[in-house]
Amino acid sequence: MPVDIANYISLSTVIFFIGVIGVVTRRNPLIVLMSIELMFNAANLAIVAFSKLWGNNAGHIFVFLVVTVAAAEAAIGLAIVVQVFRRAKHVDLDEVAGLRG
Amino acid sequence: MILFFALAIVLVASAIVTIVQKSPVYSVVSLLVNFIALAAMYFTLNAEFIGVIQIVVYTGAILVLFVFVIALLSSGIGPFSEGPDRLPKILVPALVATLAAFGFLTYGLTRVPLGTLPAHVTTSTVGDVGKANVFGSVGDFGAALFTTHLLPFEVTAFILMVAVIGVVVLGSDATIAPTHGTHVPKKKSRERESIVKAAK
Repeated sequence: MPVDIANYISLSTVIFFIGVIGVVTRRNPLIVLMSIELMFNAANLAIVAFSKLWGNNAGHIFVFLVVTVAAAEAAIGLAIVVQVFRRAKHVDLDEVAGLRG
Repeated sequence: MILFFALAIVLVASAIVTIVQKSPVYSVVSLLVNFIALAAMYFTLNAEFIGVIQIVVYTGAILVLFVFVIALLSSGIGPFSEGPDRLPKILVPALVATLAAFGFLTYGLTRVPLGTLPAHVTTSTVGDVGKANVFGSVGDFGAALFTTHLLPFEVTAFILMVAVIGVVVLGSDATIAPTHGTHVPKKKSRERESIVKAAK
């Protein structure tokens, strides 16, 4: 049985939903950010697999853009975490409720 | 095929370890394993350049950033090392929702004819397939990036500039200083936070 596109897409789906579970269940913002990175990577894997399937390297360009956005997101997210820590001396996503209406 | 399944097992296991670890340092190490296995997976998909930037950007830049923030924040009192987790409380609804979404997605995947992966990709945007211009190589990627997809590349530069400005603004001390004319002074709000925290 050769490795097919469905294998890659299934693996990508599994990793994506592991990331989803991490985002909704953890309250440590660092681990939530890491789970978001997991979801980005799962999407990248699917894009690269489809790119090979169609023999079109536009998918590689797209993955490049996703990596850029992920880097920017991680930098800004971690800066926000540091700021929240400076304000509250305690980082818990459930207690960061300053914008609650 | 053996390589794929070995990498898949490593990927899933390290992803699970990433989200269940209590200490974020262990999560970062597990995520490192995940990223390197994913880079190897990209190499099996003829995406050499993507595999390289996966290692360079993710494990070289983003994970180091995570490690820096952990080291910065947990020196002293260590706010991340302990703490209650709502993992047991919310795990069941999260698992149900996730499995439902996973089921829908796999059901959709079985209904769509996906085709089979080609063993060797012969198309290339730079014309004839040569040694330097095979699919996914740096030459192929660069030619596509700087000709067909030049505008997204420039937008990338703009996004990075916005991120740099945002991080500088967020990281400066002026951000947390109480601004003039604010209705609620910062000290008061902090007191209120502690009161709210104490009430819980």
